[in-house]
Amino acid sequence: MTQLPDGRYVDDAPYDPEASLQQLERKDLDAPNWLLVWRKFRQHKLALVSGIFLLLSYLMLPFAGFIAPYGANERHEEHLYSPPQLVRFFHEGEFLGPYIYPMTAEANLETFQWEFKPDYDDPSRLQFFCKGTEYRLAGLISSRMHLFCAPEGQTVFLWGSDRLGRDIFSRILYGAQLSLTVGLIGITVSFVLGIGFGSVAGYFGGTIDWVINRVIEILRSLPELPLWLALSAAVPSNWSPVAVFFIISIILGILDWPGLARSVRAKFLALREEEFVRAAEMMGASSGRVIRKHLIPNFMSHLIASATLSIPAMILGETALSFLGLGLRAPAVSWGVMLNDAQNLASVDIYPWIAIPMLPIVIVVLAFNFLGDGLRDSLDPYQS
Amino acid sequence: MSPLLTVEDLSIGFGRGDAVVSGVGFEVNEGQTLALVGESGSGKTVTCRAILRILPRTAQIRSGKVMLHGRSGGLSLTDLGERKMRAVRGDAVSMIFQEPMRSLSPLHRIGNQVSEVLWLHKRMSESAAKKIVLENFERVGFPDPERAYKSYPFELSGGMRQRAMIAMAMVSRPDLLIADEPTTALDVTTQAQVLGLINELKQETGMAVILVTHDLGVVANMAEQVVVMHKGRIMESGAAAPMLQAPAHPYTQQLFDAAPSIPANPEPAAPPGEDDLILQMKGVSKTYTMRAQSAWKPEVLIHACRGVDFSLPRGKTLAIVGESGSGKTTAARIALGAELPDRGGEVLFRANPQGAPIAVHSMNRAARTAFQKQAQMVFQDPYSSLSPRMRILDALTEPLEIHGIGSKSEQRDRAAAKLRQVGLNDDMLMRFPHAFSGGQRQRLSIARALMLEPSLLVCDEPTSALDVSVQEQILTLLEDIRDRLGLSYLFISHDLAVVARIADEVAVMRQGLVVEQAPPDTLFYDPVHPYTKALIAAQPTPDVDRPINLKLVAQGAGSADTWPDQFRFTDDEAPSLTQVQPGHKVRCHV
Repeated sequence: MTQLPDGRYVDDAPYDPEASLQQLERKDLDAPNWLLVWRKFRQHKLALVSGIFLLLSYLMLPFAGFIAPYGANERHEEHLYSPPQLVRFFHEGEFLGPYIYPMTAEANLETFQWEFKPDYDDPSRLQFFCKGTEYRLAGLISSRMHLFCAPEGQTVFLWGSDRLGRDIFSRILYGAQLSLTVGLIGITVSFVLGIGFGSVAGYFGGTIDWVINRVIEILRSLPELPLWLALSAAVPSNWSPVAVFFIISIILGILDWPGLARSVRAKFLALREEEFVRAAEMMGASSGRVIRKHLIPNFMSHLIASATLSIPAMILGETALSFLGLGLRAPAVSWGVMLNDAQNLASVDIYPWIAIPMLPIVIVVLAFNFLGDGLRDSLDPYQS
Repeated sequence: MSPLLTVEDLSIGFGRGDAVVSGVGFEVNEGQTLALVGESGSGKTVTCRAILRILPRTAQIRSGKVMLHGRSGGLSLTDLGERKMRAVRGDAVSMIFQEPMRSLSPLHRIGNQVSEVLWLHKRMSESAAKKIVLENFERVGFPDPERAYKSYPFELSGGMRQRAMIAMAMVSRPDLLIADEPTTALDVTTQAQVLGLINELKQETGMAVILVTHDLGVVANMAEQVVVMHKGRIMESGAAAPMLQAPAHPYTQQLFDAAPSIPANPEPAAPPGEDDLILQMKGVSKTYTMRAQSAWKPEVLIHACRGVDFSLPRGKTLAIVGESGSGKTTAARIALGAELPDRGGEVLFRANPQGAPIAVHSMNRAARTAFQKQAQMVFQDPYSSLSPRMRILDALTEPLEIHGIGSKSEQRDRAAAKLRQVGLNDDMLMRFPHAFSGGQRQRLSIARALMLEPSLLVCDEPTSALDVSVQEQILTLLEDIRDRLGLSYLFISHDLAVVARIADEVAVMRQGLVVEQAPPDTLFYDPVHPYTKALIAAQPTPDVDRPINLKLVAQGAGSADTWPDQFRFTDDEAPSLTQVQPGHKVRCHV
């Protein structure tokens, strides 16, 4: 600081008036959009953990048969309502590797219940990469290899067995194949319809916009559950489980699109006012090009976030339908179908483990919500 | 006597990053105005907020001291407890923010928001507070204080909202008023009135003012002391008058040179020749229909443009000047064919001097494509005019792709060439727009407009979102390109001083009507219309000897019914645009 005779202070540091033009002002933002989004998303721990969990869950789906020790509909008549067995490592202070105590079933003739007692004297070690029931890897390759199975002559029910003596753990894994994909198929249907109608309404406006908006309002005013019930009751009962599954997910998608279409339309209306869209229009770009090149890339990320947030609704929808016996039907396995068994309060009271399929539902729905939340927060990475 | 506010060696940083303000110190004496001058990112707002400790959560004061010697004795604001700090805010020190719309709660009546200060600090009853608030409303110039007390912020215009903010800041008779760019979002005439009001209130109450601004013209009109900041450091500080006469620091000099001003001694100019017109608008009007307040009443008609006649000679610049809502942007959009004028209006475009003029709004597909190549637009907001998902290269080559010009490598070469033409390096082609500053983005946007080698460029307030020094560079660039490539500009602006240097002819618009039209020098030499006079008088110039003439501003800036009889117009009727001299047209009854 120098002081001038008239009392002014002037900074002494050298100053270059021409410096700025070629410099990047925001070096931290000098990256493509996805990288900026990723950098911001990384800071969101809960969302990151949820994302990894969901990724692993989906990657697991083709290998469900390998991980599960039993087939989905494999029955153990001797072990109805067997309680969960704990995998242990130390037997009387000695390391044995993963082992279980064998269960012995005894009929209690006073209560007419099976009573299961672990035999603490006879630890038997689990077998790994062993032969078991046949399954198809990713639905294609036939295999009998399982990650682990029970020791000879024993059972391993990590989460207990159900009314028919089927392993709940294995069934949850198999059920994930349907329950997790129903959301994806549903959201695809809803995405296509939502983006289609939403963008048409938002871009062209006028009468089309009016008609689409009224249709959305009518669809949204219909009570959801009865409509689901009606639609799924219309599915012929002699169809194969796979066909029923597709129909159910499409029904869920058809009923979900109005919400998505609305947010697409709102985003479109906002983006249309952006000057880069005006600029493209004034350069002579056709509406198709403007939608494809400018509008969709700019709101795709928002759509992915809102889709992530609406997958849980689909999963819950499937669960609710199947729980009521109107969605997927046995022999198909889904979490909702499994919970169907838990409808009987008396049996939940005596065999609480048959309600375990609620856990994956809660966890997956939460994970999707956390992930969607994190995505939504990181989608606008341009502010510091 | 100790100064009212002392800031010593203040340093502020965000998170773990470098300090955004470092070693800033200044003093404010009672009854004085200190101007904090700097461009966006210079740290002036952060400094002000640090005084009241209302910084964003990630920012922390790293060193320094802020001392206030006000009504309650000496206080060290940096060490005060949060509870005592609350008692200072809005009472001894109050603040006015830049955006009057966002600083008032839209759900509360103005009167309640202003009274809140009194309820909180003075524990006044509602009726006692109301009395004082009404007095204040009258003082800040609300024509009907009772009505203002009951209205919601969205019912008021920007200038009125800023007056309400001032009333809110003044109601507790503060020792120090911090005004953070209080007039940046306002029109020139409103700015002049708001500045005048702050000055009057300062004289009346003897409070001190810290005025944050980027405009040296405002400084010349308001401040006794000036602190010039750049990148968080003080470049120069001291008394205003000597600094404006002879800036000592090169940065101050640069700001001073960049400040747009209306020439002090204008000479009337010769009217431009009108032989080779590239664009001609004849009797263009545009009426929008808006839904009425009640669902069963007929729709309301809004006249955005009324009977606009322009002719733009080839290679020249026609500027349209007016406040927001004057119809200038609508006129430009019609000129580009983006909007259809009402029946009877016609826009003619002549691509080359020999060719026959074509009507912009009745073209077939091929002619429209040809026209789009010839006429391009530069937009106002550099932050929204480039798609954040496209690399610079893609954004620049898009117009070529649309019109199917050249191969990929030719397109790329042309993009690089245009980038150099606007003064940027061609290694920027693969980057994304968000890494660039506003000025750089505006250059990119100009480069994109030049890609098709147009002959007409419509510039819609291309500099109003930029800092003064950047504005100067962009104007120089635009002038340079125009002369080198022989372009014609239709230049939209709200700032007469910006237009003064670039335009060959200026049309002043108000409420959809052109009120005066002449070459800029003629306009400054002999303004006839009261509104033009007001615009010229309201323009702050960085010269202490040319203060804003508030009387002239007040005469012209009001609504059209307050003008002298011969200029008056209503929604349905208006005097015609009369030629008072060759090349000088005024809307008046002769």
